[in-house]
Amino acid sequence: MSARERILARIGTAIGNHDAEIDAYLVEHPRGPAPALRDNLITHFRERALQLSSDVIEVAHPGEIPAQVAHYLAERGLPPRGACWPVVGSLPWGEANLEIAVRGANSQDMVGITGTFCAIAETGTLMMLSGPETPPSNSLLPETHIAILNTRRIVASMEDAWDLLRKEHKAPPRAVNFISGPSRTADIEQTVTLGAHGPYRVLIILVNA
Amino acid sequence: MQVSSIHFKRSVTEKLNDEKLQNALSRLQTRFVEGRAAVIGEIADFEETRTAAAAIRDRVLKNLDQWLLHFEQQAIARGALVHWAESGADVNRIVTEIATLHNVRRVAKSKSMVTEECGLNEALEHAGVEVVETDLGEYILQLAHEAPSHIVAPVVHKNKEDIADLFAEKHQLPRKTGIPELCREAREILRPAFLAADMGISGANFLIAETGSALIVTNEGNGRLVTTLPRVHVAITGIEKVVPTLEDVTTLLRLLPRSATGQSITNYVSMLTGTKDAADHDGPEHFHIILVDNGRSSLLGGDMQSMLRCIRCGACMNHCPVYQNIGGHAYGWVYPGPMGSILTPTFVGLENAPDLPNASTLCGACGVVCPVKIPLPDLLRQLREKQMSLGLKSWQEKLALKLWGWMARRPAVYAMVIKITVRILHFAGGKERMLHHLPGASGWTAGRDMPAPQGKTFRELYRQRKLS
Repeated sequence: MSARERILARIGTAIGNHDAEIDAYLVEHPRGPAPALRDNLITHFRERALQLSSDVIEVAHPGEIPAQVAHYLAERGLPPRGACWPVVGSLPWGEANLEIAVRGANSQDMVGITGTFCAIAETGTLMMLSGPETPPSNSLLPETHIAILNTRRIVASMEDAWDLLRKEHKAPPRAVNFISGPSRTADIEQTVTLGAHGPYRVLIILVNA
Repeated sequence: MQVSSIHFKRSVTEKLNDEKLQNALSRLQTRFVEGRAAVIGEIADFEETRTAAAAIRDRVLKNLDQWLLHFEQQAIARGALVHWAESGADVNRIVTEIATLHNVRRVAKSKSMVTEECGLNEALEHAGVEVVETDLGEYILQLAHEAPSHIVAPVVHKNKEDIADLFAEKHQLPRKTGIPELCREAREILRPAFLAADMGISGANFLIAETGSALIVTNEGNGRLVTTLPRVHVAITGIEKVVPTLEDVTTLLRLLPRSATGQSITNYVSMLTGTKDAADHDGPEHFHIILVDNGRSSLLGGDMQSMLRCIRCGACMNHCPVYQNIGGHAYGWVYPGPMGSILTPTFVGLENAPDLPNASTLCGACGVVCPVKIPLPDLLRQLREKQMSLGLKSWQEKLALKLWGWMARRPAVYAMVIKITVRILHFAGGKERMLHHLPGASGWTAGRDMPAPQGKTFRELYRQRKLS
């Protein structure tokens, strides 16, 4: 008998009689209690994102993004270079004197630019799906992560985000990453320090289009 | 990990006199206890959410084998390989075999308490594989050759001066003193380790049956790095960590970070399903999931079953007056605090951890804060009963309890014995009205005096007052 069979046998003996509710429960996948939001989705999202130490900028048109990014980087003395996802590769980065390569980021890149699958107002969280056109590295390896988010893609809760995933994709991709602000650690003296192994700063650009 | 819970009492004395540890523990109380209190208010129905979470965990346990089989089927369909391990030794063997299979020389590891149970790092190093812990706290402990003292904040027992000294010695770099500078130094030392690793090892906070995914919560981002960069990813977790659906995991995620660190959500929640596609820029080519029993199935169907609801948030230890005073190392194994006082004797044998069920004042705080409503004080009490029935108590304690039990069932005898005793103690207290020594309780009086009774019992005084 294999370890698998022995473990399953022990569990089976301990549990005794089964009620075969599994398939029905999976089909139903009921929601648990969720907190109600006070404000509208965009206001709530922005407030929570700021609390998590993300920076938030709003633009009316995608064409304004490169200038805003250039300004954000210059203000902080950061290099005007980085790597972006194909979905935002066609923005006029050059016009704002930015050198943005369209590819997955590597450890030398100081700035990573991505889109966002959707965002969760309840916690100010970005939801990213991995894929050939949406590599997770861009939101992970560079010290600055810039995420572009259409305000129409802000949902209330993580449950709503899962529904969106089920509707638009058959199955979850290899990695679903929920990002809530810059990476941090409180391991030394329980003192929160931003920039552990992931980005030091996260800029969310809300596009009201 | 070696079990040293048998030395609990000796260790406690040491820890109570350790001034540095005492300072560190008071910090934990401020950040985690107050942090939790502040953030649970965000959820109007916190109690309702706790009830829902407990129901989710119970639903899984009721059909654990079926949920595990469904999880396994889904995970395999997405290209993961699922292994089953009965013991820590099994885990070490399986991981070593995976490392050999994929020609792995370097491993980057994110925090996993299950691998602490197994002593996996030593096993891998023995097999010639280099292992680097990448969670900042665990990395510090690896440098210092120490064990974690908290399941969420493993290095809570060290202050920044200790860590500055350690880094200066091990990194051979100028000594830094600021916490951000220390974190930056660790980041710069560890980044090449992530890039060079052939294999990443992580735990899994939850396994999702619906999708066959492993889900991990982290703040530092090291969990994302070890599951994104190396060509092999091994996720190791307990068989009880499976949950049915994405909705269920969401309910649990509303409670886990709030109860653990007072955060509404951790910085990263990563759900990992299957392996990378050929066109993907990143992600592992091989994904192994190891389901670990190591004693867990023995809790099923018994009076300790509700302990398997545990989601390892650490709230019970943060709020425990015993943990707050002695820290985690005194408990002598991987899991400290109230949850550890139940898991350790259950996993390694009551006879190897006889003091742990008694390392509690039964004040009830742990049960009140537990996000999945484990009746921790009740379980501790049941372990004490079990200790008694197994004859694991000293003959003095057994005799004393037997005598007391005999007396308590005979009110007249009880009244008389107490009457005589308080008079003797009153006399022994002398003019000072203090007892410096008590026969049979020298441990108690070594550190303090006991006020002497004033000479009459409560019942005598009550009767007197009623008559007058």
